[in-house]
Amino acid sequence: MDENEKRLIDLVADMEEDDALALAKELLDCGVDPLQVLALCREAMDIVGKRFEEGEYFLPELILAGEVLDQIGVMAKPLIIDSPNKPSRKLGKVLIGTVHGDLHDIGKNIVTFMLDINGFEVKDIGIDVPVSTFLDEIQAFQPQVICLSGFLTLAFDSMKETIEAIEVSGLRNGLKIQIGGGQIDETIRAYTGADAYGLNAVDAVNFCRKSTTGGE
Amino acid sequence: MSDITGETRYTEKSKRIMDAVELRPTDRVPTSFFATFWLAKYGGVSCRDLFYDYNTSCNLMRKAVIELDPDSYISPFLTMLGPSLDATGYKQLQWPGHGVSDNHSFQFLDKEYMTADEYDDFIFDPTGFYLNKYMPRVAEAYEGFAHFPVLPGNMYVTIASGPLVAQLANPEIARSFEAIQKAAQEAQSLMMKCMTFGQEMTAQGYPESFGAVAPAPLDFFGDYFRGAKGILTDIRRRPEKLIEAMEKVLVFLLRGAIGAARMTGNKFVFIPIHWGPDGFMSVQQFKTLWWPTFQRLLLGLIENDLIPVVLWEANCTSRLEIIGDIPAGKAVYWFEHTDLVKAKEVLGKTVCLRGNVPASLLTTGTPEQVDAECRRLIEKVGKDGGFILDGSIGIPDEAPVENVRAMFQSVHKYSV
Repeated sequence: MDENEKRLIDLVADMEEDDALALAKELLDCGVDPLQVLALCREAMDIVGKRFEEGEYFLPELILAGEVLDQIGVMAKPLIIDSPNKPSRKLGKVLIGTVHGDLHDIGKNIVTFMLDINGFEVKDIGIDVPVSTFLDEIQAFQPQVICLSGFLTLAFDSMKETIEAIEVSGLRNGLKIQIGGGQIDETIRAYTGADAYGLNAVDAVNFCRKSTTGGE
Repeated sequence: MSDITGETRYTEKSKRIMDAVELRPTDRVPTSFFATFWLAKYGGVSCRDLFYDYNTSCNLMRKAVIELDPDSYISPFLTMLGPSLDATGYKQLQWPGHGVSDNHSFQFLDKEYMTADEYDDFIFDPTGFYLNKYMPRVAEAYEGFAHFPVLPGNMYVTIASGPLVAQLANPEIARSFEAIQKAAQEAQSLMMKCMTFGQEMTAQGYPESFGAVAPAPLDFFGDYFRGAKGILTDIRRRPEKLIEAMEKVLVFLLRGAIGAARMTGNKFVFIPIHWGPDGFMSVQQFKTLWWPTFQRLLLGLIENDLIPVVLWEANCTSRLEIIGDIPAGKAVYWFEHTDLVKAKEVLGKTVCLRGNVPASLLTTGTPEQVDAECRRLIEKVGKDGGFILDGSIGIPDEAPVENVRAMFQSVHKYSV
């Protein structure tokens, strides 16, 4: 890795948005493989994720890093022509959605983003997701983990219904279910029958790591 | 219910709450009844019925207050907004029968309602920004105001005729005025209903919890203007601009809350906190960006003899030392997930604490479990006064009635 490549990682990880974008453009203009530039961004995101887990970074940094990544992606992706590089192997598949009746998505989007930068293949099926859609998506996507999100207290029953339906349909075997949201605690984990609950995005990532074959 | 007069009851309850606020011992721990769509469950009606029928909302609130006998209660204003939201074509909420099912509460739509480069417009001329940009974006009735001419700079006969006045002939502006007339009539009916209901409850002996509402300056922009992604990136990309905008709006927020409190004759100002808790930003960001304008909002309210009731949502443990920097005995801090025993240690000599029977317990627990949790709070947090018992976010919409009864009965069983 040359000096500039290392600098790009530092600039993205240190939230130096303007300089990071300028350097990414410079590297691409000089003919650096766009897949290599994206790989450098992923390395930077690993650092951002770690700093978030360690309490050095918070939501503003997480969201800004995502924005920088998106902008570099927009620059890099059109330049990708048949490349011999293969996409890196994902840690596991996670299906995520906000349960029916609830329209909130801030927490769900943050968890999705964190799972994505931590190497999971995440399918986000949106908000106000009916039970039947969860069942269909589980069959089609075959995830190892399901994350049910909900901000309102009405989500307690929606989560319980969704988990019961997964069980009744015979889809629970081998599947781990985690719930999360502003009002979720151990009482609600037990009430809904979920395997775990998460207080924040770091909890979600750790649970998914533990639950998938690629994790520790 | 005892046979004491409404006036005596009102005096007793008001004193109990004020003693708690001013950190004096109370004869028993006071309670406050903060319920919105729970009233639908309580009354066996749909959320939509509650939201659209003023009488249904008021009757159920009256019935619940008389049964539960709290020391203060929240006006049913929030649960009867349906006709007003229809009349204005309000776009920031989905409500029962309008985007959510008839049996669900309203929900806010997180979106960018002001772009990042519009901070300057807001800061330069907040009123113009509201008139031409913000109001048309958030409610259909105001859409014609996008064409409303700019007023400053006009003088002399340009105020009587010429382009300024001619522009007012725009049919979209006329349509807006027509729509607003209908919305205004609805708003007047709602306000009148709330006022009459408040007077009736006062006569029966029940004080209303709040006379005004105010947001924290950063939350104001995060919730209602920039949206989640916008405000989080603003904290990193343009903190100086955000601070400038917060300084600007602080004056309006203070004037608004003071005006509303004077109009209602109620000193309590409700302030729900959304973007300040642990995890949302670092302690340093909280100290430099979030807290300074909020502290001035609190001090401004207190200087005007008002009592801020701050609902610190989520967990705010890492903020406790910082937020204690206000005069003692002048405010209520209501915590959602923050451990109240810990909060009492840090803030017990400064603010009255409120809360926090978990929403999960009130919704899915048994009356015995609720009773045990209330007893724990009363004995540990209520000791020596300065405590109001409530749910962590008031009464959850789905809480079984017997659990809510258990909470309100507990203060008669376990008072310290």
